[in-house]
Amino acid sequence: MSKPKFAMYWAAACGGCEIAVLNVHEGILDVDANFDVVFWPVAMDAKYKDVEAMPDKSITLTLFNGAIRNDENAHIAQMLRAKSQVLVAFGACACEGGIPGLGNLTTKQAILDTAFSTVSTDNPKELRPQTTFKMPEGAIHIPTMYETVKSLDQVVPVDYYMPGCPPESHQIAAVVGLVIKALKGEAQLPPAGAVIGASQSTVCDECKRARGEKTITAFTRMATFQPREDQCLLEQGILCSGMATRGGCDARCPTANMPCVGCYGPAPDVIDQGARMMSAVASVVDSKDPAEIDKIMEGVADPAGTFYRFSMPSSLMRHART
Amino acid sequence: MGEKIGVYVCHCGSNIAGVVDVAGVAKWAEENLPNVRVARDYKFMCSSLGQEMIEKDIKDLGLTRVVVAACSPHLHEATFRNACKRAGLNPYLFEMVSIREQVSWVTKDKAIATEKAKALIAGGVKRVVYHQPLEPLFVDINPNVLVVGGGIAGIQAALEIADQGSHVYLVEREPSIGGHMAQFDKTFPTLDCAACILTPKMFTAGNHPNITLLTWSEVEKVDGFIGNFTVQIRQKARKVTAEKCTGCGVCEEKCPKKVIDTVFEAGMGTRKAIYTPFPQAVPKYPVIDVENCIYYQRGTCKACEKFCPTGAIDFDQKDEMMTVQVGNVILATGYELFDARRIPQYGYGRLANVVTNLEFERLSNTAGPTNGKIVLRDGVTAPQTVGIIHCVGSRDIKYNVDCSAICCMQSLKFAHLVKEKTGAKVYNFYIDIRTPGKTYDEFYRRILDEGVHFVRGKVAEVTDAPRFPGEEGKLIIQVEDTLAGRQLRVPVDMVVLSAAMQPRVDSKQVGQKFGISCSANGWFIERHPKLDPVATMTEGIFIAGVCQGPKDIPATVSQGAAAAARVLGLIGRKQVTLEPVRASINADQCSGCRICNNLCPFNAITFIEDRAVSDINPALCQGCGTCVSACPAGAITGSHFTNQQIMAQIEGVLLNFGNGHEPAEKLEQVPA
Repeated sequence: MSKPKFAMYWAAACGGCEIAVLNVHEGILDVDANFDVVFWPVAMDAKYKDVEAMPDKSITLTLFNGAIRNDENAHIAQMLRAKSQVLVAFGACACEGGIPGLGNLTTKQAILDTAFSTVSTDNPKELRPQTTFKMPEGAIHIPTMYETVKSLDQVVPVDYYMPGCPPESHQIAAVVGLVIKALKGEAQLPPAGAVIGASQSTVCDECKRARGEKTITAFTRMATFQPREDQCLLEQGILCSGMATRGGCDARCPTANMPCVGCYGPAPDVIDQGARMMSAVASVVDSKDPAEIDKIMEGVADPAGTFYRFSMPSSLMRHART
Repeated sequence: MGEKIGVYVCHCGSNIAGVVDVAGVAKWAEENLPNVRVARDYKFMCSSLGQEMIEKDIKDLGLTRVVVAACSPHLHEATFRNACKRAGLNPYLFEMVSIREQVSWVTKDKAIATEKAKALIAGGVKRVVYHQPLEPLFVDINPNVLVVGGGIAGIQAALEIADQGSHVYLVEREPSIGGHMAQFDKTFPTLDCAACILTPKMFTAGNHPNITLLTWSEVEKVDGFIGNFTVQIRQKARKVTAEKCTGCGVCEEKCPKKVIDTVFEAGMGTRKAIYTPFPQAVPKYPVIDVENCIYYQRGTCKACEKFCPTGAIDFDQKDEMMTVQVGNVILATGYELFDARRIPQYGYGRLANVVTNLEFERLSNTAGPTNGKIVLRDGVTAPQTVGIIHCVGSRDIKYNVDCSAICCMQSLKFAHLVKEKTGAKVYNFYIDIRTPGKTYDEFYRRILDEGVHFVRGKVAEVTDAPRFPGEEGKLIIQVEDTLAGRQLRVPVDMVVLSAAMQPRVDSKQVGQKFGISCSANGWFIERHPKLDPVATMTEGIFIAGVCQGPKDIPATVSQGAAAAARVLGLIGRKQVTLEPVRASINADQCSGCRICNNLCPFNAITFIEDRAVSDINPALCQGCGTCVSACPAGAITGSHFTNQQIMAQIEGVLLNFGNGHEPAEKLEQVPA
């Protein structure tokens, strides 16, 4: 009997998810021992047409990382969905849109203008990338950028979500281990649509810092402030998203005296992580004077980028009004 | 899920049906909305026939959910919940959709009104599927009552309750109870003296075994909910030990410092630095006015202490905080007088003999600074002519749009008093005469017969600059007599301004403290202007007297008694039913971040240290939802307002069912 087949793909993402998989160290040998890797552009050579040729549902497990930014991302997502039994939205970008999703705060036009027409760009002819170009040998194409960034499940149905930027290696190893066991009939997979490789609570649950009642009179930033290591960062005025972020990372950032940035996405049953974070912060600002409140809130540099750092495309707003 | 929903669209006579196509909406709902088993329209859903229709459908058709689209839930949610309950359906499996206050009353456009009604009903239908059966909670009612404000409204309320046997804490800011009424001379239309009818009540309140009188005190903080309020009261330092003071008045007599009394005497007279505001004050104990007392300024004097026969003076006395537990609260905080300086052309504060209504009351009061002699500011000269100006700061879009309700009668009373006491010629300058009370018009006729002159017109100016012979040394009232159609200049010796009643400057803060709201101009808002005028939207908080809006003494007393009756009704029930709408924390999802810990206005949230999670006490929770929206982990759920319910409702409102955009049959039925 042939081994179950494994695929991994990188759409609009930085590549960190791929590194995280390799970062399971010798655990990667288990993947190789138990799976037949059929498609993994980062690790081995393969062509899209090879995948196209595969029968539907022939890939047992596909880890899809990255958001959907262009028609190529969407095309591969649809193709892998058809070929896979289990499709996992792997990492923050696939789950919620991730960092590329912040592009939804502006328009495609504005992004292209910034890239090709600002003072730091030498582009006297104001050239723009064309999706088709005629060559003597025939027309060639590059992917068409979409107006907005989408999460994977906004394009195709997804079986599981594995959050994180990137997902923690020990969680990846655990998930892979579980799938292997399930294939052997020794364990059961969680119900479809579940978030895997993460906890049922938030980062605060895993954070060792002491927490008291919250009364915030000013916000500060890591660049200008050295927080105490034993007290809740939010109480010290550092915008830490741990309270609104699903746990599972062992509170890595707060443990390293850095605020949680929210990469593990919303807590269970939460629809909009950024909104949750904002209403929580707004609730503990310690002032009743509107002018003073405004002043305190001015201390939050880049609110959209802070509260929706990873979740803009999957938020209730999806994108800015254009 | 297979719920069977009944949708009932009310005409509310023509209130809704005049704007919304109710029959069309019902038909549309039945044909297009998921899970709707039956949809009907009816003239008055709240009538017994309307309610019976719902009950019959629940029994005959096996409805599992009910949606009524009618007026605001404030009015009839309880009505329809009870109808469901009678038919054996849990009352919380019902949802009310407001298509009167939110639809038919806010537009005349029938087409958009009908579309909006459809959208709101779609929201209700989508939401109600997720409703869960809930059981009400019962809590005991503490029979003690807090009455805030010791004017006639507060006194009346306190006496009614105390006589019945419940204990009342009567809190008053000033050193004595009595309020504005204690300052008045005669009362219209019977002309009995205010003090004669008020002071016996004050005395009874002051000596009632069931009333704890807390004058020179203010409420600092209110926690809790109907049946169980915890109130913190600051008792300001009197500097006089009440237990030792006999009220003999020697201290006041010996005190060398005279102060202009701007409160009780409205600036017309003086008092001492240690004082009781007036001889019949209740309680009889004086207070030391620290700002004016020589001892506090220079460190010497202590005349009062020297002469006090019982050693009651205590210069080191501090403010004291006391906490009381009460089940209900009546606010009777009264009003303030409109500052007539805001209308500079009337000259108040600039022209000596322009006085306000309150100043006139003190002048005319036999216990007042002039022993009841109506004289000019010089203190001796009786006026030959007096002009009384109505509506000063009332019925004027620049100040107060509304009528102050009492000024016409009060001005007629002033005219009578001037005539009676001085024989002076009196002019009343009015816009309209409003005498709507019992025997009030009779009083008006009497004043007309007494020969008082009436000029219909809004006074343009009061000036002391003469232009014509005979105006020298007089105040000249410039006015257009709109009945005669000519300009008049009326020279007078004294002008009385009938200044408007205004909300207390801090009424908004007081409202916030007790969790009730004020109208845009600052009067406390009643639960219903006609059917529930002394209750508020906050259970257990009642209002009485002028703090609710301008009114005369009979109406004020009636409201005091009415509020007391409402409170006694609740006390009689011993228990109150609370909405089971409560927040609860899922301990598995709670990470103990402690964001919610000090947000709860009812102190229902505690942090359990050893398990590192927060917990809500359901008996204290009032279901306000503050913690639900603040919880960053989504670990707190408010029953009857779950995410699922709210999102389903939003979806229903936003998706255009059956309008071609999103055909209902293509929408997935709500999953279980």
